[in-house]
Amino acid sequence: MADEVAIKIEHVGKDFVLPHEKVTSIKSLFTGLFRWRRVSKEKQHALKAINFEIKKGEFFGIVGRNGSGKSTLLKMLAGIYQPTTGKITTRGKLVPFIELGVGFNPELTGRENVYLNGAMLGFSREEIDKMYESIVKFAEIERFMDQKLKNYSSGMQVRLAFSMAIRAHADVLLIDEVLAVGDANFQRKCYEYFYNLKKSGTTVIFVSHDMTAVQNFCDRAALINESELVDIGSPDVIASQYNKLMVATNPTLSVAGSPRSSKTGPSGEERWGDGQAQILSVKTNKRTYSQEEKEVVISIVMRANGNIEKPIIGFSIKNEKFQQLFGTNTVRMKKMLAPLKSGETVKVEWTVPNIFNEGIKYVDSTVAHDDASMVADRWPDAATFSVFADISTPYLVNPEIDFKVKD
Amino acid sequence: MQRFFQRYRYSIILLKELVRTDFKLRYQGSVLGYLWSLLRPLFLFVILYFVFARFLKIGNAVPHYPVYLLLGIVFWNYFLEVTNGSVGAIVGKGDLLRKINFPKYVIIFAGSFSALINLVLNFVVIAVFMVLSGVDISWNALLVLPLILELFVVSIGVAFFLSAFFVKFRDVTYIWDVLTQAGFYATPILYALSFVPHQFAKLLILNPLAQIIQDSRYVLITRKTDTIYQVYGGDKWIWAIPIALTVLITVFASLYFRSQSKSFAEEV
Repeated sequence: MADEVAIKIEHVGKDFVLPHEKVTSIKSLFTGLFRWRRVSKEKQHALKAINFEIKKGEFFGIVGRNGSGKSTLLKMLAGIYQPTTGKITTRGKLVPFIELGVGFNPELTGRENVYLNGAMLGFSREEIDKMYESIVKFAEIERFMDQKLKNYSSGMQVRLAFSMAIRAHADVLLIDEVLAVGDANFQRKCYEYFYNLKKSGTTVIFVSHDMTAVQNFCDRAALINESELVDIGSPDVIASQYNKLMVATNPTLSVAGSPRSSKTGPSGEERWGDGQAQILSVKTNKRTYSQEEKEVVISIVMRANGNIEKPIIGFSIKNEKFQQLFGTNTVRMKKMLAPLKSGETVKVEWTVPNIFNEGIKYVDSTVAHDDASMVADRWPDAATFSVFADISTPYLVNPEIDFKVKD
Repeated sequence: MQRFFQRYRYSIILLKELVRTDFKLRYQGSVLGYLWSLLRPLFLFVILYFVFARFLKIGNAVPHYPVYLLLGIVFWNYFLEVTNGSVGAIVGKGDLLRKINFPKYVIIFAGSFSALINLVLNFVVIAVFMVLSGVDISWNALLVLPLILELFVVSIGVAFFLSAFFVKFRDVTYIWDVLTQAGFYATPILYALSFVPHQFAKLLILNPLAQIIQDSRYVLITRKTDTIYQVYGGDKWIWAIPIALTVLITVFASLYFRSQSKSFAEEV
């Protein structure tokens, strides 16, 4: 069962023919007639002979820069474009989400749009009737359903569209990154939905720029660059390759001497420091934690670039709204690390209690020398993990709390 | 039948919803709304009545001439609505085509069914005036149903071709505009076929639209109509020509549409 193939992509390539002078009217037809043979047609290879398989139940990521060909691939998987060469075989019903609210008409009311968009997703009126209440409730727009869509705020439209999208029954879902737009609250809902998809065993193909999401949800990922499939592998490997690619083509993003420098993290804070030392890696022992797991282990490896008398290593953890939750460093813990000579590395492991609320967490890490203010390398969003909690609170942290009722 | 619904389930759901949407949007914002579907043919009749029955007195030779005219115009307008609407139909749905894969023919069918609803409403008005004008209504009137089917088929055939061709070649709008202007006069709508020299009449009546309109007038309104049967002096097989034309147009247009539809998303 686990090895059953959901989508098979064999030698799939796509060319777009771009005539330099497109004949779209009689006049250009006649004026162009004399040099008909000279109208050069440029062939643009959007994708070149790509091969891979996606297994049933897999959460598969496709990453790549803008113009790499990943959207073309997605559209071919969705059946919107036909491949020029090769073949795509899909098993089961496939529903694409290239955009939310496909077919929404601003002149119709919210109610009418639910039926229209529902039809696009393959639901009959009777089926929509049954789920209408819950769709509206989830979107939190009960009062506005008889108003025209054009009078909705964009937030309301997205909520309604998303509420529709999650009803779609499919064996294979194609999700473009558009799903993960919106405010933090909405993103949380999206990620909850992704998590549920993952649990239910739906095959999902997820196209994104957001490496955090890819690393958190995907079982495997593919990197596409300049119309070619660069690699398929674990999301961590693919994400780091993607980051390298971004740095290689955009040198301003790189940090002095950093081996795995990344672009600005999700929080928007840049990596900086005087370069006396650098953080080589920040890792957590797992990617996702359930509430039963009581501990999160964070390991940080740093290397000295010069001789350092008093190295200091620290970290802090933020939630998905980038609020700092807690953190510490070796000085605060009254631990002196041994002096480091140039080129020496040291690894520190921190075991912290799992007191997190559900959601994505980011780990910032900082190394300093001599004094906590002499920052050698500050790496925001160096690592990320997510927590799924059965019991959540609206507070920053969510420690296990005992309670007893006493007479 | 069960299997048919299973196979075309998605198309049928989509078709119903697109027709419904089109109907809802058609008269949106107007005070009288759907009533206009009845008022338009009604006023058209009033105009025809005054112009042709009172002032010009052209149609004295033909009994119930205003209803006779109205029927022809209503059929022609159906053809115009389907074909003109189809020209930009695929391109107009470009946004949708780039985002979801669905059977493209549904767009053209939706346009045809919307127009068909309109045709039925027009027929309500025609029926009322037939009764008021004292037309003898016999069981033969039911023969109009296969004629409407023929009209539906020929219109959708032309619509398939125009919509697919327009994706490649945007001058279609203007060319079709000119062709339908000519077609209006090449079809016996305003004039009786007997006004035309016989050899021309023989040619004109081979046009499926001319045949449909004349046959409908014959079965619904008056036997004093020159149908294709009369023009060709009682040759029963002559019906094969317009019907074959209808089938040919529709089959070829559908095949063309199907072959083109795969690349619509890239080209619109």
